[in-house]
Amino acid sequence: MLRQLHSLPGLIAALLVMILALSGAVLSVDPALERLHQAPVASGQLNVGQLAGRVASHFSGVEQIQRSASGTVIVYYNQNGQAGAETVDPLTGQGLAPYQPSAFSRWMKDLHRSLFLGTPGHGVAGAGALFMLMLSVSGALLLARRLGGWRNLLRPIRGNFSQRWHAEVGRLVLVGLMLSALSGTFLCATTFELIPDGSAIEPAFPAHVSAGPAMPVANLPALRNVDFNDLRELVYPSPGNPQDVYSLRTAKGDGYVDQGNGALLSYQAHDSTRALYELIYQLHTGQGLWWLGLLLGICALSVPLMSVTGILLWWRRRKAGPNIRHNSPAHSADSVILVGSESNSTWGFAKTLHDTLHAAGHTVHSAPMNSYANNLGHARQVFILTATHGDGDAPSSASQFLARLAKNGLKPGQPFAVLGFGDRQFARFCQFAHQVEAAMLQAGGTPLLALETINRQSSQEFSRWGQKLGAATGQELSLNRIPDRPRTHQLELVERIAYGQQVNAPTHVLRFKAVGDLPCFEAGDLVGIVPPGSAEPRFYSLASNSDDGMLEICVRKHPNGVCSGFLHELPEGAPIEAFIQPNPHFRPASGKQPVILIGAGTGIGPLAGFIRNNKARHPMHLYWGGRNPASDFLYEPELNRYLADQRLTRLQAAFSQVQDRSYVQDRLISDAMALRRLIEKGAQVLVCGSREMAKGVMHALDEVLAPLNLSVLTLKAQGRYLEDVY
Amino acid sequence: MKKIIAATCLAGAIALPGLAQAREVTLTTQLKDYSGNGAYLAIYVTDGNGQYQKTLWVAGKKAKYYKHLGDWARGSGMNPSEFDGVSGASVGSGRTLKVSVELADTLIDAGYQIRIDSAVEDKRDVRADVSVPLTSKGAGKPAAGSTYVESFTYDL
Repeated sequence: MLRQLHSLPGLIAALLVMILALSGAVLSVDPALERLHQAPVASGQLNVGQLAGRVASHFSGVEQIQRSASGTVIVYYNQNGQAGAETVDPLTGQGLAPYQPSAFSRWMKDLHRSLFLGTPGHGVAGAGALFMLMLSVSGALLLARRLGGWRNLLRPIRGNFSQRWHAEVGRLVLVGLMLSALSGTFLCATTFELIPDGSAIEPAFPAHVSAGPAMPVANLPALRNVDFNDLRELVYPSPGNPQDVYSLRTAKGDGYVDQGNGALLSYQAHDSTRALYELIYQLHTGQGLWWLGLLLGICALSVPLMSVTGILLWWRRRKAGPNIRHNSPAHSADSVILVGSESNSTWGFAKTLHDTLHAAGHTVHSAPMNSYANNLGHARQVFILTATHGDGDAPSSASQFLARLAKNGLKPGQPFAVLGFGDRQFARFCQFAHQVEAAMLQAGGTPLLALETINRQSSQEFSRWGQKLGAATGQELSLNRIPDRPRTHQLELVERIAYGQQVNAPTHVLRFKAVGDLPCFEAGDLVGIVPPGSAEPRFYSLASNSDDGMLEICVRKHPNGVCSGFLHELPEGAPIEAFIQPNPHFRPASGKQPVILIGAGTGIGPLAGFIRNNKARHPMHLYWGGRNPASDFLYEPELNRYLADQRLTRLQAAFSQVQDRSYVQDRLISDAMALRRLIEKGAQVLVCGSREMAKGVMHALDEVLAPLNLSVLTLKAQGRYLEDVY
Repeated sequence: MKKIIAATCLAGAIALPGLAQAREVTLTTQLKDYSGNGAYLAIYVTDGNGQYQKTLWVAGKKAKYYKHLGDWARGSGMNPSEFDGVSGASVGSGRTLKVSVELADTLIDAGYQIRIDSAVEDKRDVRADVSVPLTSKGAGKPAAGSTYVESFTYDL
């Protein structure tokens, strides 16, 4: 819901908001430029009487003196029928230059305020400001939700290019954009008189004036009592009309000045409505607050970037999202499918189930688990298809489900079935699916079928589940899922570096070139490779960025490993089919904090990729474990080069098949002091390797962190501890 | 335009019920290309000393800017009853404003003047941009303005 509240105004108003922001950014420079040309006059240094006197010594026929909020003084005069206007040095009264308001600024202002459309245009611009306000508020809420609460708002942000830029820049400019949008909305509302601006209260014209001979303007007491910095405007009386008066407008109030005795007449102080209006006007335009104007202008400059990355994100989410046809509304469907998916593969199964149920005459509603709101009024069966993310966690489209179920409850006795998706290699296979089933039972649901699991996206197991389900509900369901393989790219092996033959751990670093264009990827992403004769792809962590011009992986040969065997035997120049699976959550956050990289065996692959791309030379510390430095010291020459050119700060390698055998965990313990110092400096930890190793590393680090009253769990909660394990 | 005339007649009938003799006057105000936002104009009748008598037309819808039409603002007190039914939109740079209003015969050839005060955002406020005697002889003869007004003609 919140996301729609963010994307919808973003899509509708992207162009409008961009125009308003860019024109606003251009205008924001004006107060600063004015300030450059006009040194400020100290308070108490000059009063309006003195100013008028000095102006009078340089100009005759003065009609009006204006002081802009930024301090520029403009004198309008009419000398012998020749009307003119000049900017004036307030301290001397001397003319500086003929005054001609900039046509460019006026054009820009017109565009900003009304898109050259007059009054309807003011309304459109106001709507733009309102859209901008909605975008900044919903954006802030989304960001807080994503980072786990307002207190974590400064936490490192991960994701692909668009996600990272959108969120990082967004949080920098949030306050500025909100201020501009809010003040802009207010100003537009005053234009349409929906909110009073306090200007309706005008001082009444004085009924009586002294009508004596005019005093020299410099001597008028009412003018001598007003500080220069408070002046807005002084309008002179018509020449030769003793009945006329000076009109004086100041920051605090307006009134008239008797030209005969210099008395202040009919003075009317500004009320709080007016003061509020002027404050908001100042906050919006930066008039008299040039630095704020520039800051807001810089924030506004980010809007095109925010719009473009925002639209890209929306488009990608839409494209990646399920393409479900005949999706009935939640409240009227008799069958509901809730999906918990991290990379959308579970949606493929949901779609098969959806289509099959629809063909069998059901009205079916499919939705992400996060959208659950206990509004499934007519649902006779609820199916929950969910993957498990990381170490037994909820996948992204189900992250809120348990909380929402606890809050919204469940229709009593609601029939349901949970189907878990996972990989038996992982210790906590389908852990989240188990949690969901337990929660559904606790909420009062009636299971149609006990929890079943699907290993490695097996279509056979899925079809068997369909048969069981059919038996349970008395309606035959034949679930024929045709797995859709992502679009693959053809790659060609160009280089192989072999390690580890002598220590019984043959490991190859393989470099591929694309036959056509290399797809886009970063180190830490995954490449899926389908070995010939197999339907299931195997995934490997990438050790290079596409910018490196090649795709690099590090593969150890497993006994009976179909894909690793195939890759180890692959001759140079031979082609393979591969596709990229982004893994944006496993990469170093931007920023200068140190990075601690921990790995063993082929886990060094993505870590080496991070180091290779550490062009900013942020401190990076690598802890890595192998078997024997003489045989399987993976990436040894590269690492030495990175140490020399400071892409890598420090290398701590441990070997398990040498005299003083040690594992990477031991290296962490013996280096505890240094590690604690890094963690105190805000370091983040990235771990890559086998599940066993990751467990050992976690224990070792808990030991290291204990004196700091920290644990790996705390670091995880802060987003500073990331794992890529297999 | 017909609407304006109708409204003007109605307003005239309410405001000046006692005046039997009145006629329709067409005011044509052509503005210069001063390159700026729409101009606010006040077209009004004064006596020979420049004392305000009656508003003929006010161009510009936001009352909060009326104070910039100096002499007219003072004379009329910016009292809405003074310009009720005889106001309209501001006039763009280079544009022409043409309106018909009711005018009492007693004001013609009796030493009165027609004046225009004008103002443009971020530019100078002008008192008596135009000032012409209100006579049957002067009718139809364009008079030049000092600042924003290129020419002003009234047709009796």
